[in-house]
Amino acid sequence: MDTTRGDISNPPADHNPARNVDHHLFLECVHCGLCTATCPTFTELGDENDGPRGRIQLMRMVAENQSPLTDRMRRHLELCLDCRACETACPSGVEYGRLIEPFRVAVHETEQQAKVEQQFDWFREIVLYRLFPYAERLRAVLAPVRMAQRLGLWAAAERIGLLRLAPGRMGRMVRLLPPPVRQGPRLPRFLPAVGRKRAVVGFFVGCVADVMFRHTHWATLRVLQQNGCDVFIPEGQGCCGAVHLHAGSSRKAREMADANLVAFELDRCDAIVVNHAGCGAMMKEYGVHWHDGLQPHREKFAAKVMDVHEFLDDLGLLCPPGRIEEVATYHDACHLGHAQEVTEAPRNLLGTIPGLTLRDLPETEICCGSAGTYNLNEAAMADRLAQRKLDNIVATGANLVLAANAGCLLQIGREVRRRKLPLRVMHPMDLLDLSYRGECLV
Amino acid sequence: MALPPLIADLRRRLGPKNVVHAPSELAVYDCDAFTVDRHRPDAVVFPHSTAQVVAAVETCSKHEVPIISRGSGTGLAGGCTPTKGGVVVMLTRMNHILELSLPDRLAVVEAGVPNIQLARHLAGTGYQYAPDPSSQGASTLGGNVATNAGGPHTLKDGVTVHHVLGIEAVLADGSILQVGPVEDPAVLDLQAVLCGSEGTLGIITKVWLRLTRAAENHRALRAAFTSVDDATATVSRIIAAGIIPAAMELMDRGILGAVEEAFHFGFPPDAGAILIIELDGPAVGLEEKQRQMVELCRSNGACEVLEAQTAKERETLWKCRKLSVGAVGRLSNSYMIQDGVVPRTRLPHILRRIAEIARHHQVRIVNVAHAGDGNVHPILLFDERDRDEVRRALAAGRELLDECIACGGSVTAEHGIGIEKIEFMERLFAPADLRAMRRLREAFDPHGRMNPGKLLPA
Repeated sequence: MDTTRGDISNPPADHNPARNVDHHLFLECVHCGLCTATCPTFTELGDENDGPRGRIQLMRMVAENQSPLTDRMRRHLELCLDCRACETACPSGVEYGRLIEPFRVAVHETEQQAKVEQQFDWFREIVLYRLFPYAERLRAVLAPVRMAQRLGLWAAAERIGLLRLAPGRMGRMVRLLPPPVRQGPRLPRFLPAVGRKRAVVGFFVGCVADVMFRHTHWATLRVLQQNGCDVFIPEGQGCCGAVHLHAGSSRKAREMADANLVAFELDRCDAIVVNHAGCGAMMKEYGVHWHDGLQPHREKFAAKVMDVHEFLDDLGLLCPPGRIEEVATYHDACHLGHAQEVTEAPRNLLGTIPGLTLRDLPETEICCGSAGTYNLNEAAMADRLAQRKLDNIVATGANLVLAANAGCLLQIGREVRRRKLPLRVMHPMDLLDLSYRGECLV
Repeated sequence: MALPPLIADLRRRLGPKNVVHAPSELAVYDCDAFTVDRHRPDAVVFPHSTAQVVAAVETCSKHEVPIISRGSGTGLAGGCTPTKGGVVVMLTRMNHILELSLPDRLAVVEAGVPNIQLARHLAGTGYQYAPDPSSQGASTLGGNVATNAGGPHTLKDGVTVHHVLGIEAVLADGSILQVGPVEDPAVLDLQAVLCGSEGTLGIITKVWLRLTRAAENHRALRAAFTSVDDATATVSRIIAAGIIPAAMELMDRGILGAVEEAFHFGFPPDAGAILIIELDGPAVGLEEKQRQMVELCRSNGACEVLEAQTAKERETLWKCRKLSVGAVGRLSNSYMIQDGVVPRTRLPHILRRIAEIARHHQVRIVNVAHAGDGNVHPILLFDERDRDEVRRALAAGRELLDECIACGGSVTAEHGIGIEKIEFMERLFAPADLRAMRRLREAFDPHGRMNPGKLLPA
């Protein structure tokens, strides 16, 4: 018998990229292959190396010192969206995210330490690490763009194809930028419940979400108020840390997590409510990423984090009164559906809107290609997945797409603009808010 | 460094993007879901068309290396493990549904289309493609045909071969064979020959599938029994009462524990076994059949009978069965799933014997079964790093399959022979039978290059 799987009598050495992976997690994969068909990259490329089962085998080979991490293997692992559709499909409960995430972090750290004539990655170092996670900095950088948008210069530039000239990842970022909407003023520190008080919540603001989707934050806050929630929006909170962690910088992510730990007074609120899936998934996992003295606090914090749909569905939504006669389809953000297993709640909430027809989206479990900063780093695959997603959306005949994550909203929005489709892209909270206010779509 | 001539030729004929040959990338093709026997191929190719499959086959022929076709690699018998090296032909990039014609009750698909993708396209149309193997969420239709896959609904609907109208396959000499889709009773039934041939006769590239009306109404129930004996006896009594359910599935205590831990379906804690029974058909009479069924379960000792009231509840019942095998990962880091079949009335006997064999070899065995067909899937748990445990599991597996043969049954109902069951072929078939099969195989593949070492013993 050829048993190519070794044992771990030689545990991964300090330089091994699998050094931070709990080896036991590898063993839970029984190699059944039921994950393959829901993996976006396997579905697109058809190569086991680009599917969850294959990637687990690649990482395990490295962990068990059967093979060094070759460039090709590394490429297959980088191409993973970390969408975690495989976790939903896996009958054995393999926690794939807990394999790939520490593995990638270790690869990155090793590179940092080695500093092997590495080219300075300005995009990662400046845009990802120093710009994205800070709402105020990002807002300042975008100010001239917003001005141009208001003056109509942006639309003109888009029309004559000027924006397509912007190179590489910067260009992709520019094209992701949605047209301006009325954002609303700065968020206050407290908003009181409307009517009978039913709960007290802390609201998580985030970074990119606050700059691009402050209007969605306002909509969410109004929906919470309408449902009898006192809402605290504590100062001192910041980015959830996901941008850093997923790009491989664990230490910086931990600092951001711990800043949030300090900002929220846990005893004062029933839940910490988040309206973007990526942030929510990250914060629910604060307890598993780092093992130091603060871990119990992070676990306690994580246990209070709830996605806004989940929270309102549990609380019992007070039905919104306003009719919205539209045909909509709901796209499951990976970090809501797969990572947080919240799939029913958004549908339940949307189902209460009078007049709204909600159509099932085919292949809803397959990622739209946004995946955090993946759409900036892995352009080709991200575009393929965006197109696949749009084809499915168009097939539903809906004129409204709803998604509860900043990345998905930007990604789907860009593809809609590129194809010049008459489709609205919104967060479910935007729509619920309209219904509570008795307004219809314009 | 110059590439080996085989690789260079494959890259030239199929394009470099469609050939994988780096050792570190070949490792993941060393087995399917049967993990105890592993071998790496020399190369993997990803054809986009039948013409590219022909190119791959011709190249392998020129270099005299084995050709192994592979879909999603969910096979449980090592059918696509490249035991003698060679070139793996991945059909996953041939994944288009070419035609869906409801008036003709026909679907034409490329081999790499996952079963679930076809099911999704048909949802809401009132039609279905009946075979629904438990791997349907991932396994490809080409693979389903190559292994003549079954599934829970085999009891009433039959297996894959009953739903295949036509097959296009690339033969060992590079020629393209098309049989069907028009039925012609006056010729040899080559579809049936190719169904379940496990890639030994040709590479299936396209299939014409029969669509059937989806049943208008379904009733599903879950009956819990304190003992496995009561459950298996109930199965025979139901069939004897003249009711053919759409499906009748059994899960024993061992597997229930794993599933409960994974998904919290709320099984009664003292259940020794449960049956999941589904009835379908026109609304008229279904109610009455269901009442009869509940009565039969109760009179045979069921301690709890749960009737699904909504489509959602029915889906949940099925989910607990379909996800059961994978949930075994919670009990053990490796397993081997067997596929024995016995006459239905021998079910109580075989399950008792399996328990004895497990004790004798000190191997933990849990069971699921397509009970209506007498098809048992004992799952043997072991740790692949423990060589002695692997040896004991293999021995226990062998013994329980011998017991199936002794009962007048067989060693596979739906998983196929692959490499796992090949040693049983001489006990299952008379020399004359095997000779005839070998000659048939030689007629298709005189040089023995298509998936060698599988299906028939040397």
